[in-house]
Amino acid sequence: MSGKTLYDKLWDSHLVRENEEGTSLLYIDRQLIHEVTSPQAFEGMRLANRSLWRTEANVAVPDHNIPTKDRDKGIEDPFSKLQVDTLDENCDSFQIKEFKMSDPNQGIVHVIGPEQGLTLPGMTIVCGDSHTSTHGALGALAFGIGTSEVEHVLSTQCLIQQKSKNMLIKMNGELKQGITAKDLILFIIGKIGTAGGTGYAIEFGGDAIKALSMEGRMTVCNMTIEAGARAGLIAVDQTTLDYVNGKPFAPKGELWDQASEYWKTLQSDQDAVFDKTIEIDAGDINPMVTWGTSPEMVTDVDGMIPFTTNGKFQPALDYMGLAQGTAIKNIDLDKIFIGSCTNSRIEDLREAAKVVDGKKVSDSIKLAMVVPGSGPVKAQAEQEGLDKIFLDAGFEWREPGCSMCLAMNADRLESGERCASTSNRNFEGRQGQGGRTHLVSPAMAAAAAIKGHFVNVTTVGWEN
Amino acid sequence: MEKFQTFTGIVAPLDRANIDTDAIIPKQFLKSIHRTGFGPNLFDEWRYLDHGEPGQDCTNRPLNQNFVLNQDRYKNSSVLLTRENFGCGSSREHAPWALADYGFKAIISESFADIFYNNCFKNGILPITLSTEKIQHLIEKTESNIGFSLKVDLENQTLTDSFGNMTFFEIESFRKDALLNGLEEIGLTLSHAEEIKIFETSHLQKHPWLFRT
Repeated sequence: MSGKTLYDKLWDSHLVRENEEGTSLLYIDRQLIHEVTSPQAFEGMRLANRSLWRTEANVAVPDHNIPTKDRDKGIEDPFSKLQVDTLDENCDSFQIKEFKMSDPNQGIVHVIGPEQGLTLPGMTIVCGDSHTSTHGALGALAFGIGTSEVEHVLSTQCLIQQKSKNMLIKMNGELKQGITAKDLILFIIGKIGTAGGTGYAIEFGGDAIKALSMEGRMTVCNMTIEAGARAGLIAVDQTTLDYVNGKPFAPKGELWDQASEYWKTLQSDQDAVFDKTIEIDAGDINPMVTWGTSPEMVTDVDGMIPFTTNGKFQPALDYMGLAQGTAIKNIDLDKIFIGSCTNSRIEDLREAAKVVDGKKVSDSIKLAMVVPGSGPVKAQAEQEGLDKIFLDAGFEWREPGCSMCLAMNADRLESGERCASTSNRNFEGRQGQGGRTHLVSPAMAAAAAIKGHFVNVTTVGWEN
Repeated sequence: MEKFQTFTGIVAPLDRANIDTDAIIPKQFLKSIHRTGFGPNLFDEWRYLDHGEPGQDCTNRPLNQNFVLNQDRYKNSSVLLTRENFGCGSSREHAPWALADYGFKAIISESFADIFYNNCFKNGILPITLSTEKIQHLIEKTESNIGFSLKVDLENQTLTDSFGNMTFFEIESFRKDALLNGLEEIGLTLSHAEEIKIFETSHLQKHPWLFRT
């Protein structure tokens, strides 16, 4: 018998029962909750007169609707306010732990989970949010669910699931100097397409993945959903353990020893068989920029928008106001957004600050903003003086939240505006109706802010 | 959930791949705390010429006449015909809520994104997967025959057009049963409550660090 993949191990250790009709009942260790996809789940529980299965499995935080400035004034938009108030009320009445808007540890749900040690290796983790795949970076089985399933987990601590197939994406070799996890995952999505991972759980392995920091691994797993796979996974190693150790809710003392011994087993067996394996030479990757309205429409910064003869890209190009054959470096920008659950962690802000340091945002840029992923990320950055670097350069330095990644709060693009964004989706209207999004790494977004157009930030003298 | 019944409905072709859930229901409408009322904002940015906001009366908004659902021939359609990777992106269940609220009961595509596909079954919508050739054929037929409709029979897994042409489709048996019987999944899972408790106790013993907050 062949060995097990990491996904197999996590699945098997949470399998409550196999149902007669070919589905499985899977136990969920942790549910993360935010204000957008939970109100109807709580309402459903009340209507059915059901109680919470295990209160302490749930942790909530408002993030999507949260203003990123003038917080003391509260939430201006009545609809946003009602949604955040509803989360507060639901958490209060069900006694669920919540990091409220005023809590210094509030932040984007996928940033604060790992940061607080509330998401741990070996867990099954769900959230009514597709970017729950982020937590797979810690060797956890984490995936996004709909609101009906949020209610299912609140009421039963389980989900009826069908097992996915196993895919391994092996990133061989080393990333070139200055190439980031964001470039790596955009490259993968460009290669396998936005439906390439549909039906699979994707494990990322190989030397280039092992060399990534936890922040980088979270960026990779975060965007696994953009390749169609609900779950991304990375094996536990010393980097993982070092990251988790000391986090507020991580086990301590003897419990730590016991947990970490178990976590070390969370990797695919040598003889594990994957349904699909893709090998990529990490050394081939350059800074990546999306040019269309799907994350798979991506090329490297030194490239150009590809030519097609069948008109396949025309709707996307019309929306983006771009033409085939345009050099990426000739694309001028209006706004810069550094933030989101993909790229708002301390390492992301350090990378961007390094590029910005001592320079000024181009006069042609209407707005350049940095939105840290959480209160602790913001505090850490301020302690390191990164806020000052950004502010001196002309960036705005905001309060934590999802912000312009999906523009549910006041931060958005106006119609026709073009943005270099460190977020995860360049869909039509995502950052504001008619807004045009180019997905890039924090360093690339920072360099674009300085120059007013895209440049290859890994090239010596890019600023000249 | 209501049981899925055989029905005959007008087919609307949305000839585009990778339609994401942001396009199906834009984010500003996700601010609702209810499950209903999303129909008027389905495909909002494609359907209307102005910018939509939650709570707005949509009856007098300027329509984009080029958008398929605004054309008279596709009024009252209940079958959506589209291209691969439909429903990609965000996990928002507001997408199937909006489709159902508008009146769609079945969506036919070459493929669906996982989370969206799953969400459809929780809301009585049947997602049907057909080959690229069959989708192409159906799109051509829909465009060349005003009022083109399909009879959707889940029990027998068939689609039949008004000319009597029949196509079979595949679906997993548990999903088929769930729709046909209108199964209430939470109740079903709670019927295994004892097993869940036994598992939970042993799981906690093996992993005692898990349940701290």
